[in-house]
Amino acid sequence: MSKDRKLTVDNIKVLIEDERNLLEVIRKANIELPTFCYHSEMSIYGACRLCLVEIEGRGLQPACSIKPEEGMVVNTNTKELRKIRKMILELILASHESACPTCVKGGDCQLQKLARRMGVTHIRFSKGLERVKIDESSPSLVREPNKCILCGDCVRMCNEIQGVGAIDFAYRGSNAKVTPYFGKELAEVECVNCGQCARVCPTGALYPKPNIDEVWDAIHDPGKMVVAQIAPAVRVSLGESFHMEAGTLTTEQIVSALRTMGFDAVYDTSFAADLTVIEEAEEFLGRVEKGENIPLFTSCCPAWVSFAEQYYPEFLPHLSSCKSPQQMMGSVIKNRLAASKKLKKEDIVVVSIMPCTAKKSEALRPEFSPDSVRDVDYVLTTQELALMIKEMGLNFSQLPKDSFDLPFGFKTGGGVIFGNSGGVTEAVLRYVSEKIEGQKNGNNNYVFECVRGKDEVREVRLELKDKTITLAIVSGLGNAKKLIEKIKSGEVHYDLIEVMACPGGCINGGGQPVTKDVCVKAKRTISLYDSEKTLQLHKPQDNPYVTELYNTLFKHPGSEIAHELLHTSYQARKNG
Amino acid sequence: MENTTYEKVNAILSENNYNPHGLIPILQAVQEEYRYLPENVMAYVASSLGIPASKVFGVASFYSHFTLQPKGKYIIKICDGTACHVKKSTEIINALEKHLGLTAGRRTTEDLLFTIETVACLGTCGLAPAIVINDEVHGLLTPEKAVELVKQIQAKEANSSGDKE
Ligand code: SF4
Ligand code: SF4
Ligand code: FES
Repeated sequence: MSKDRKLTVDNIKVLIEDERNLLEVIRKANIELPTFCYHSEMSIYGACRLCLVEIEGRGLQPACSIKPEEGMVVNTNTKELRKIRKMILELILASHESACPTCVKGGDCQLQKLARRMGVTHIRFSKGLERVKIDESSPSLVREPNKCILCGDCVRMCNEIQGVGAIDFAYRGSNAKVTPYFGKELAEVECVNCGQCARVCPTGALYPKPNIDEVWDAIHDPGKMVVAQIAPAVRVSLGESFHMEAGTLTTEQIVSALRTMGFDAVYDTSFAADLTVIEEAEEFLGRVEKGENIPLFTSCCPAWVSFAEQYYPEFLPHLSSCKSPQQMMGSVIKNRLAASKKLKKEDIVVVSIMPCTAKKSEALRPEFSPDSVRDVDYVLTTQELALMIKEMGLNFSQLPKDSFDLPFGFKTGGGVIFGNSGGVTEAVLRYVSEKIEGQKNGNNNYVFECVRGKDEVREVRLELKDKTITLAIVSGLGNAKKLIEKIKSGEVHYDLIEVMACPGGCINGGGQPVTKDVCVKAKRTISLYDSEKTLQLHKPQDNPYVTELYNTLFKHPGSEIAHELLHTSYQARKNG
Repeated sequence: MENTTYEKVNAILSENNYNPHGLIPILQAVQEEYRYLPENVMAYVASSLGIPASKVFGVASFYSHFTLQPKGKYIIKICDGTACHVKKSTEIINALEKHLGLTAGRRTTEDLLFTIETVACLGTCGLAPAIVINDEVHGLLTPEKAVELVKQIQAKEANSSGDKE
């Protein structure tokens, strides 16, 4: 065994393990060096210079771009460094539109936090700011170029992790900016609305497009019945906006908050996820039987659907024709409630609360507005729900517990784990395995540990009776792209492929509370899996209200009426 | 760019083996062909190379060698080398910009008649301050004389387009 390698940071001896740069070693010593352009999930860029440290014998160096070496002596807190950090922040602030009290990111903004932390109280440079038009073209995101600090985090996210490249740097020097090509607007280029760029933007330059006012207006309109549906991932993240530990499960407080806010009914998108599992699992079994359009790709992630429509039109027949749970829910609610409450569909307002920015644009797709009435009227991100709760002044963590309305508030664990990458696959397996094996496996025998895991690309081979099923679970569109290229070249073959645009799945969606803490993702994942343990049922086929829906309306999976309300179709699109 | 066929672009691309790392030489060749980088051609280059259009635009807008706007029929190169600069070439630049309604960001007139470029040295320092309009050198200028030259061209162009109508 080789002996331990160590270096010294501010007189603390720190062990060098497999950190990819000095910055990570320094953080291990519990020193939180400021950074804008460093994200452990992306390539190292070294542009913001905030991570400068003094290395004895080597002078000032950016810690993010330096390999840790045995015996290095590093100082992070010299007089010179403190001065430089302040200066960098001052320079950034001089070309940033500081509108903190009215900025959507206010309170969550890294620039604001660091300026405070470094004690920057005035800016010596005059503002050379030329105001640029705010880009509100996208249904999912707003881009305020005046607040951009050119850290490039969004650019690398979109390029490296998502494989899209909708935005990039253009021009040079003091004219440099981040923009879609040819100065177009975001809605005109290949953006798939995943919102991952907004998730990493340290300032208010990119953020989910708010629909808060429209939702309040609907709630205040006495002529409307306003109902909410909550996606699985929201319940394990909203607490973060109220100083709760990441991953805290707050389902009952959310229901309570929504009722207090004035929603007439509160439903669980997981109910529709149960429905999705049954439709999609039957579709899968049917295709396997006929040997048609295998692999089957899941279709519940709208950013992935847009990505496929744009880059892989030849694979569109392979996408499951199932609508996403959000859209199934909208369609079921509008149809069933209109009938049972004798209301016009336009007098029911469905508001979904999602971890996701792409759901905002999904809800607007024309095929989801039968007879020009939208199935889902408004989509709020987790972030927006937090803002509404704060606006109303509710003391979130202290709210009394409350439970969902029936029937669309009842779900099995299968519908809940949808929020994790691998969750859809696992829920489908819970159905498919019993179908193939021709027997019930008992209510407590439901976990498929083999499809769970941290890796963003996972492959699983499963023997079920006389059948072998090969599965791939992938999150991050860049990963999906690589996988599809391998399928095209014949290098790999799968029966079922689950694709989620956001790395780790919806729990890491672009509309979730922002955080720079890399552990948050894992905490949300674990909490969502754990949350299932307290539920009575785990297999979507055991959901009695779903069964009732089949008995009274759909008759059987894939029926004509199921196709009308629960399935959709796709088309090749070319943007730009 | 009506009825563009991308034959020439295709030839350029295949000369460069469709190698995305050869983006700069590819754009140079494209610019030689079109005298500027038209958007549709950049988008075509991007999709042919399998890289995002935003990357191509990033490179094209970064280097001052590339021009994203079509150039005018008359290209006015204003020398801003040492000799001309000392002889107040800046005033000539300002006067011409003002006369043609151009700015630091807009170098070509809307009617596509004139493009202004500043160059480092024309090698005619004896004639400083000097400008070149489509390869014809005009020296020992004043701002007024420079504007006068442009006015003459404008008058000529107005007549000839009047003739056609
Ligand atoms: S939303 Fe996604 S696809 Fe669109 S610009 Fe941001 S990262 Fe790129
Ligand atoms: S938009 Fe945000 S993430 Fe992108 S470069 Fe500007 S400040 Fe950085
Ligand atoms: S974090 Fe090192 S330069 Fe930005």
